[in-house]
Amino acid sequence: MSIISALYALGVVGVLGLLFGSGLAIASRVLAVEKDRRIEEVEAVLPGINCGACGFAGCAAYAEGMVKQDAEISLCSPGGQEVMVALGRILGKEVDLSKEKMVAQVHCRGNRERSVYKFDYKGVEDCVSAHILFGGDKVCPYGCLGLGSCIKICPVDAISYDDDNCVWVDKDICISCGKCVDICPTNVIRMIPYSADRIVACNSTDKGGVTKKYCTVGCIGCKLCEKKSPEGGFQVENFLATIDYSHKGEREEAAKACPPKCIIAADKK
Amino acid sequence: MIYIGIFITFVFINNFILTQFLGICPFIGVSKNVESAVGMGFAVIFVMSIATLATWIIYHWILVPLDLTFLRTISFILVIASLVQLVEMVIQKVSPALYKALGIYLPLITTNCAVMGMAVIAVQNNYNALESFIAGFSAGVGFLLAIVLMSTIREKLDTEWIPKPFQGVSIAFITGGLMAMAFMAFDKTLLNNLFPGL
Repeated sequence: MSIISALYALGVVGVLGLLFGSGLAIASRVLAVEKDRRIEEVEAVLPGINCGACGFAGCAAYAEGMVKQDAEISLCSPGGQEVMVALGRILGKEVDLSKEKMVAQVHCRGNRERSVYKFDYKGVEDCVSAHILFGGDKVCPYGCLGLGSCIKICPVDAISYDDDNCVWVDKDICISCGKCVDICPTNVIRMIPYSADRIVACNSTDKGGVTKKYCTVGCIGCKLCEKKSPEGGFQVENFLATIDYSHKGEREEAAKACPPKCIIAADKK
Repeated sequence: MIYIGIFITFVFINNFILTQFLGICPFIGVSKNVESAVGMGFAVIFVMSIATLATWIIYHWILVPLDLTFLRTISFILVIASLVQLVEMVIQKVSPALYKALGIYLPLITTNCAVMGMAVIAVQNNYNALESFIAGFSAGVGFLLAIVLMSTIREKLDTEWIPKPFQGVSIAFITGGLMAMAFMAFDKTLLNNLFPGL
């Protein structure tokens, strides 16, 4: 092969590439399809992580839905208020700012030391699989199975194991998409307001005596919290205390008094 | 008559998916339901026909006269990729309905090996322009046939109980393998018996 044919080759591929390239460039100008400008603007505002929390296939589909089908602008939970305000501005809609950002949290602190296990689970590392087998390896059927299905599904890696080997959600990273809540087989993950100071870290609705036998940090339904912090919104139902976060009273006294110490700080255990 | 021969060859005897095993990616990926399989099939017919014709022109009018046939692969990629891009734009402008049906599949098959393989085979077989076009079209029809058959089977499989290790793509591959064995029944002898004159 001579140098001439190499030059020819260079020329042919170069010219072909140039021709096709410029042809395509011209074609894209000539054949440009007018898109609704607002769809692009809306899409630019959205976070673009395609988590699907809004119920649409992704951010692009949600943007189209908002512009064309008049979908609600409040559906983007990762974006929160900032995105909602921006969307309202683009689409000329009223923005309801009263809703507070919700974050997911695991309402269980039971680990290998604190809880009693009924057998050694050696199956697939997945809570849903483990739950199919007699409701998991913990004696407590309500608690965190600790195999991390929520950790795997979380689109922003907000969930991880903490120092106690319990599963914990970092509320500053959580985008409140609710995927972990949906996948958790024991429903131990619940949504709480971002501003919540305390949570009752237990999900067991068994009687106090029963709970005590299989977990040292389980709520026994003693109602001490209701008495110590009457303004804190504590309610004991089915031997499990929950907090009504619309009450803004102090909850420290209850946390100090709680016998199994399961009323814990919501930002760091 | 030669056109019928080419048609039967590329639809049945040398079916791209089931006997040559080219273009397996869309065959497995887009065969989950019949509707998208049909869309994909027509997109492939469309792209293969025009790509084979366009590459024939490039090969015989540019590469052969300049003695640059070793540039076949790279120039074919160039031609097919830009052609598909152009076609996608034209369809989007002219017929939004057709774009919705075909458009999303077009980028998927830009330089799919089946499209590329067809262009190369047409050149290797020394087809003329019309024969190349017919061959490309037939190969596309063969692809449509295979992917539609596959998608109907997979839709039926969805309602069947399948052991866990076989669910999803595994059973699809096994199904594809069995279909390929069935297609082995089509061979040159069959063609000769049907059309002694070819």
